[in-house]
Amino acid sequence: MNAQKHSRRDFLKTSTAAAMGVTMAARIKAMPGVYAAGNDSIRIGLIGCGGRGTGAAVNALSAAPGVKLIAMADAFKDRLDESRKNVAETITKQIEKEAEGAKITDKFDVSDNHCFVGLDAYQKLLSVSDINYVILATPPAFRPAHLEAAVAAGKNIFTEKPVAVDGTGIRSVLATYEKALAKRLAIAAGTQRRHQTGYLETMKLIHAGRIGDLVAARCYWNQGGLWKKDRQPGWSDLEWQMRNWLYFTWLSGDHIVEQHVHNIDVINWAMNAHPTSALGMGGRQVRTDPSYGHIFDHFTIDYEYENGAHLMSMCRQQDGTDKNVSEALTGTKGNATTQASQRYVIKSEKPWQFPRESDNEPYQQEHVDLIASIRASKPINELKNVAESTLTAIMGRMSAYTGKRVTWEQAMNSTESLVPPKLEWGPLPMPGVALPGLTPLL
Amino acid sequence: MRSAKVQLVCYWVFLLWCSLCGVSFDTPASDQTLEKIQELSPYFETIPGTNIKFEMVPIAGGSFLMGSPVDEPGHSPDESPQHQVTIRPFWMGRFEVTWDEYDQFAFKQQIINERALGGPQQKGVADALTRPTPPYADESFGYGKGRQPAISMTYHAAMEYCRWLSAVTGKLYRLPTEAEWEYAARAGSKTAYSFGHDVATLGAYAWYAENSSGAPQVVGKKKPNAWGLYDMHGNVAEWCIDQYDKDFYSTLRSGISIGPVLLPDERRYPHVVRGGSWDDHPARLRSAARLASRKEWSKRDPQRPQSIWWHTEAITVGFRVVRPVVEQEVLKGIKSRITRQSPD
Repeated sequence: MNAQKHSRRDFLKTSTAAAMGVTMAARIKAMPGVYAAGNDSIRIGLIGCGGRGTGAAVNALSAAPGVKLIAMADAFKDRLDESRKNVAETITKQIEKEAEGAKITDKFDVSDNHCFVGLDAYQKLLSVSDINYVILATPPAFRPAHLEAAVAAGKNIFTEKPVAVDGTGIRSVLATYEKALAKRLAIAAGTQRRHQTGYLETMKLIHAGRIGDLVAARCYWNQGGLWKKDRQPGWSDLEWQMRNWLYFTWLSGDHIVEQHVHNIDVINWAMNAHPTSALGMGGRQVRTDPSYGHIFDHFTIDYEYENGAHLMSMCRQQDGTDKNVSEALTGTKGNATTQASQRYVIKSEKPWQFPRESDNEPYQQEHVDLIASIRASKPINELKNVAESTLTAIMGRMSAYTGKRVTWEQAMNSTESLVPPKLEWGPLPMPGVALPGLTPLL
Repeated sequence: MRSAKVQLVCYWVFLLWCSLCGVSFDTPASDQTLEKIQELSPYFETIPGTNIKFEMVPIAGGSFLMGSPVDEPGHSPDESPQHQVTIRPFWMGRFEVTWDEYDQFAFKQQIINERALGGPQQKGVADALTRPTPPYADESFGYGKGRQPAISMTYHAAMEYCRWLSAVTGKLYRLPTEAEWEYAARAGSKTAYSFGHDVATLGAYAWYAENSSGAPQVVGKKKPNAWGLYDMHGNVAEWCIDQYDKDFYSTLRSGISIGPVLLPDERRYPHVVRGGSWDDHPARLRSAARLASRKEWSKRDPQRPQSIWWHTEAITVGFRVVRPVVEQEVLKGIKSRITRQSPD
């Protein structure tokens, strides 16, 4: 294993040593206490067995001892089967490397009667009383209903972002947030930058005034296209849409909500606020084939915050165009740029840089933090933050779709309700592409 | 009709030229052929349907001492024992594969499909090829594209790039074997670096931690080695075709090994990466230094199964292609056996 040792980067730039100290301290603090066998075991139910849900389950199972996956739910049997097999294989390999006597059922024990398939699978899973931790990783359309039901069932929650696709969904999520607080349930969100050491260290400095008062910001998720599944004979409209959920606004919220919410969340975090209005534009310019549903392929939004600062937000999914996934903040005394896992730089009288080598694994850390908070009986609850950042993205989409300036109140009180009230496998016409100036603001 | 005749004549002239030069793509060559290659010149390959070119440099066959002596500063046990290796002639990319080239493989067909342009879809042999799934963010990590070396692709992706390149050009391109790579990197030298032992000279030949400003650099801006190859030391570390085994050198039979290679299996890791990078200290850039890929290179891929096309942490890794004059028997028809179901 000599080669591995040598492959570690042994050089760290100046200022690294100090930053490392902070990082290590933060990590140690985040580690759960020594696990005492007994009733603080974490028993997970996974709702939404796609690539991310499967990844989140593996992350959670690797985050702390005494964590076990015991049930799985998905709308589609093939997705559940593939996920179940993948988690089993991954965990088996992990177990092999651990102490003698460790067995797979310590971490993975999903029996056939704990596998639930169909549109109501989540309800069946939530009725399993042994489960005390659920991972919500379906397409965002279903998140408000899943959050509500999970809190009603008294489960701690890891929820993927975004948490809704419209204002109606956000109001539901905020009501759920209050109920979760009252029940002292812990909720962590998949806006993993809030669990990433580089971002945490940068934010500490920004909030301590290192770049002065924030006066402007930029954020980007410009990339190429993503995956698509060709429609198969026998798929109903609903099945085709759900298997290609990225491309339908009712399912994903459009890519500004589904993906760019990460970068918007960073700016809201830095500002300690959400914007008060949005003026945006966008369109569907090159990804026009109906097999890509009806969403846009680019947005640019000018957000305004209460303190007068503006955020220029850009997101694009067009192949062959320049890419950029990052955030930038301008203050009265300097500026900061962040790019996940890559660079965290402050330019001011006291310049600062976080070394990439010291960054953590945020997808695992969010479960480490959530589990630690449950075991310490100090439940974290990130639902309000992620709901506000989701609504920020929704507000931008509403403006771009309609061509109107949209205020926070308009977005929050919007009567728009995109998710069909009653879902059944069968026909479901695809909405037209939004047309600014014609598409009404609801 | 007339142009068809002209084409036919050109084709026969070409075949005649091939036979005279002893150029052969898949038939065994005589020893005479191996001599002749030494007289061949570098050539430019244009990726069909584009104006994107890359240059291939002929590397004469020969023998060399592979690995490093234990007293070489920075020596690692996996570089022992030193052993004699014979290498057959091949061409090697003068530069690392750039994004200009790699994007043709990774994204061009997607653009055609996405924009509903209807064609030109690549038919025939290219249909059997696989293409990278789209990355979730920016695969260039903000370092830019164009003449920058392509980075962050997996071993599987680099292997599939070569298969695609072979299909569209009609010539056999592949990753170098680890032995071919070191032979070419040494360019006849026996020292730690192709230019000697003195680290003070390294900056003239290589981008590494102390002069790269923390980023990969446009290919070909430093001095080449004696055989005209650029950036063999540093810039991006380069994939080789071999699976990595720290004890591989001691498994080779005594005497001279001809074209040694450790054939890959279906595991995702570990594979050999050579030459060190813009983010490495000098010792990692030595001609003999070996690096193994590992699953930590995808540690921030939140999906399961993790991508078999893109790493999240391999921002220091790229590759260059070679073209064997006569493919050695064990490498004929080689392709990556990695699938989404492959174990780590």
